[in-house]
Amino acid sequence: MEKRLIYLDNNSTTPMDPRAVEAMMPYFYQHPGNAASRNHPFGWAAEEAVDNAREQIADLISVDPKEIIFTSGATESDNLALKGVFEMYARKGNHIITLKTEHKAVLDACKKIEKMGGEVTYLDVKRDGLLDLAELEAAIKPNTILVSVMWANNETGVIQDMKGIGEICEKNGVLLMSDATQAVGKIPVNPKEVGVHLMAFTGHKMYGPKGVGALFVNRKKPRVKVTAQLDGGGHERGMRSGTLNVPGIVGFGAAAAIAKEEMTAEAERLSKLRDKLETALMEGLEEVYINGNTEHRMPHVTNLSFKHVEGEGLMMTFNQEIGVSSGSACTSASLEPSYVLMALGLGDDLAHSSIRFSLGRFTTEEEVDIAIDQLKKGVTHMRDLSPIWEMYKEGIDLDSVVWQEH
Amino acid sequence: MAYSEKVLDHFKNPKNVGTLDKNKTNVGTGLVGAPECGDVMRLQIEVDDTTETIVDAKFKTFGCGSAIASSSLATEWLKGKTINEALEIDNMAIVEELALPPVKIHCSVLAEDAIKGAIEDYKNKNK
Repeated sequence: MEKRLIYLDNNSTTPMDPRAVEAMMPYFYQHPGNAASRNHPFGWAAEEAVDNAREQIADLISVDPKEIIFTSGATESDNLALKGVFEMYARKGNHIITLKTEHKAVLDACKKIEKMGGEVTYLDVKRDGLLDLAELEAAIKPNTILVSVMWANNETGVIQDMKGIGEICEKNGVLLMSDATQAVGKIPVNPKEVGVHLMAFTGHKMYGPKGVGALFVNRKKPRVKVTAQLDGGGHERGMRSGTLNVPGIVGFGAAAAIAKEEMTAEAERLSKLRDKLETALMEGLEEVYINGNTEHRMPHVTNLSFKHVEGEGLMMTFNQEIGVSSGSACTSASLEPSYVLMALGLGDDLAHSSIRFSLGRFTTEEEVDIAIDQLKKGVTHMRDLSPIWEMYKEGIDLDSVVWQEH
Repeated sequence: MAYSEKVLDHFKNPKNVGTLDKNKTNVGTGLVGAPECGDVMRLQIEVDDTTETIVDAKFKTFGCGSAIASSSLATEWLKGKTINEALEIDNMAIVEELALPPVKIHCSVLAEDAIKGAIEDYKNKNK
């Protein structure tokens, strides 16, 4: 019998929806044209397909299709938004504010901007992962040009108060950018309603293809511009040169249309399954903690710490059949556990003990039941092996132990 | 990164998991690593005082699969060795036996240190 694999790592990437794959197929063979070829039917067919997808995507987030710039993915969109604004608004100022819990695509682009002469403030978050709005307001200075806050966190699923953040930015006359990669297509996202001027997202986190993403750039009140980071044919209103990935864009558009239709029901189904998983593990095992705010959280995500169990080892008990992510990085290059969980103020031990479960469109209740069973067995196996669990059970205060660190 | 068969086997069926009475004079305990680093290894040996031969070895490890496999293997190798022979166990022998990738070499270093720690503890108790 073939081994059944259970995928609970949908925040890393989602499988494609077969309907989106189906939509892409004609654009590999029947319609091979370049969307920029303006004077023959092959080009027209491609352009029409791209326009249609642009409308589907714009419709999902309630913006004008002209405000959608296609890119290769969210990493590129983040880079284009941050570096593009930094260059375009250099006369206005050079200060950017972001969070310590942002994705590396934002943090590393900000580090590059610092090297280019910019100034970046990395704000702490509260214990539950939410930004303290008062801290944001206090951090804004006369030379601040941009605030960048991710809509929903990839590791914890915590959803920021975008409306509150948008109001502060509006009041202070600074642009607001959001990496909404984890949120778009899963929960209602409307950048204009909350005052987000630039927003990055991608196809492969919402059951579309990999290698295609988008940047929303607000066109009116205010008209936002970014300096292109790729030079070439001037595609995408001059903001992003390069031949458009027509099949990818078509698949992304189809995925957006499906998400718009099915998002509400899907979120409801997944939140029930997520709650079942969470409750079963917390009731069936001792010392299990949820990381991050549980009220403002994505419906399909839970990030749990299993005390005194090392995450990577735990994953090994079941990862011949279950795919999840761990916040523990046990490699010689990086002994640091997840910087996101550390920013929430978790001790190193709990950060090393964390597992992220992210359910998806194709997750079944039966799979969740299997995962619960495997997790319970795995945690028990690891605790039987764990000297610190034994010490903890004997009532030894682990903080009082002098560890021989390596 | 896929794990080697030997790592998987030691991980799923670890040898010599357990606890020896650390208060006995012929038991040596080595505790290395720290929870903050994601690795804690405790390795214990029981020594026959007259022959200085290791008659039993037990471990418990908090860590990744490679750390657990390294300590499981170490306890297997320790049994029957004299403490002087045990001191010669080199971490690279563990790396080779388990086919550990470069990023997991520190797991074998931890195991070697745990062996040395256990022997030192035994020697300190029996000066």
